[in-house]
Amino acid sequence: MTDPRTNAVLQVEGISKSFGALKASDNVSIDLRPGEIHALIGPNGAGKSTLIKQISGSLRPDTGRIEVLGRDVTELDTVARARLGLGRTFQISSLAMEFTVLQNVVLGALGAQGRVFSFFRNVMKDKTLLEPARRALERVGLQDEAQRRTADLSHGQRRQLEVAVALTLNPKLFLMDEPMAGLGASGSKTLTGFLDELRHEAPILLVEHDMDAVFALADRISVLVYGAVIATGTADEIRANPEVRRAYLGEEDAA
Amino acid sequence: MTRENLFNWALALALLAVPLWANAMDEPFIITLATKVAILALAGVGLNIALGIGGLVSLGHAAFFGIGGYAMGILAAHAQNYEPLMEVPFLIEGTNQMPVIWLVATVASALVALVIGALSLRTSGVYFIMITLAFGQMLYYFAISWSAYGGEDGLSIWVRNEFPGLNTLDPIQFFMIAYVILCLVLVFSARLGRSPFGLALAAARQTEERVMTVGLTPFHLRLVAFVISGAITGLAGALYADLNRFVSPTMLSWHTSGEIMVFVIIGGVGRLFGPVVGAAVYILLEHLLGGISEYWQIFLGLLLLLMVLFARGGLIGALTGREVAHD
Repeated sequence: MTDPRTNAVLQVEGISKSFGALKASDNVSIDLRPGEIHALIGPNGAGKSTLIKQISGSLRPDTGRIEVLGRDVTELDTVARARLGLGRTFQISSLAMEFTVLQNVVLGALGAQGRVFSFFRNVMKDKTLLEPARRALERVGLQDEAQRRTADLSHGQRRQLEVAVALTLNPKLFLMDEPMAGLGASGSKTLTGFLDELRHEAPILLVEHDMDAVFALADRISVLVYGAVIATGTADEIRANPEVRRAYLGEEDAA
Repeated sequence: MTRENLFNWALALALLAVPLWANAMDEPFIITLATKVAILALAGVGLNIALGIGGLVSLGHAAFFGIGGYAMGILAAHAQNYEPLMEVPFLIEGTNQMPVIWLVATVASALVALVIGALSLRTSGVYFIMITLAFGQMLYYFAISWSAYGGEDGLSIWVRNEFPGLNTLDPIQFFMIAYVILCLVLVFSARLGRSPFGLALAAARQTEERVMTVGLTPFHLRLVAFVISGAITGLAGALYADLNRFVSPTMLSWHTSGEIMVFVIIGGVGRLFGPVVGAAVYILLEHLLGGISEYWQIFLGLLLLLMVLFARGGLIGALTGREVAHD
């Protein structure tokens, strides 16, 4: 157990994915260890979304393998990976907009419980679903919005709800695709504090553009450029890495 | 009680009151019209589970309606001719007992829905519409060429089938059978909409990716919904054939699929009583305007156009407002 790689919660080994001549993922290896936030950064078009899709199961890699909790999941689909404990939040909110806020989290709780082929029970009166659902809403601070229509929520509240739905699944690891996107300064700060605590429950692979959040939160950072990981290390190591500065941070500074 | 609930109760009572009044006034034709409304509404309630909750635009529900009709026709034809359906390897005889016919109609349509659904639910959008349409037309042409059961001419039954303890030839008694079945299925449909399955199915309509991410498989949800939907429409088909004492390939044609969909859209997609309103309006227009002009469906088309353009919740939406999210 001395090698941290052996108990990594998520292990991505040398995956590649090409779309025609474009190499969206180029021999990417990345891992996620218990209790950490591992941030994935990179300029637009670096292949972050493609990588996230391959990890979550909506896209199959051409080569390489992906392990969750020591189990090879490369051939498993999104549903099977979710059941293994992979909790994902989306970059573009994919909540059920016609539902109330509470219904969205109850859906998550229902997925975790799995007893979906039940045709007579009133789902919104089922305590075994409502309790975890309300708990998740409280944790992200949305308990007062429970009865509102999701479509009527502000952008920031939808991001909070995204996280709440992932919480109902009691995942073994989180895969978060730009949870801060579009949040105001205060919303971003609140969520940063929340993720800081959350990592002790389950580690987080965090794709994020908000560099302040990334450098404040991440135990490790991997930098993706043109589909390849050019560096992995602590915040200080990444800041000091000349290749990273040239490829990525330099552009940010110039902008 | 919400406005929509109040409206639903009023409608359910009206659908009961009109034929009772007609019975007292000795107007059997009106009872028959009401029976037709109840049965067609039932077909729509079936489609509404797939279309309204699941967002599955099936243009092949005539297949189930027709299978229900032929289940009645075939069983009853064998019974009236005293010919068993088959003797080898074991004897199966026809029957004129409605409960048996309903069971066969429901199970047969459910099985066909399972096959059609398993194949067509691998597609979505326009492709799904086209594949369901194609399956429906396949069965339609099969029925036309199936000369053993009347082919193009269809099958006539001399006497309406029987229900223990009732005189089914009395219009009001047959109406009550159809009405009670409609009410029971409406209760089932209301509960289904609020059940865990209903929630997951409605979620799959809105955001497929989310449903997968919480560990549920949209395909399974939709297939089960499609089977339930087909089974209900099949049951309606058996009743409809019994009402007319006649079944023909017309019940399987894509016009029928379109009509069932029109009921749902006029009344309100996803609204519990949408198909009841839709079927009632359809029959009323057919009866009132059909006498004036052969082309009465122009007015139906106009109404449909207005509903689609201005009232996305159909007539129920226009009358009772936006759907209230249940707590």
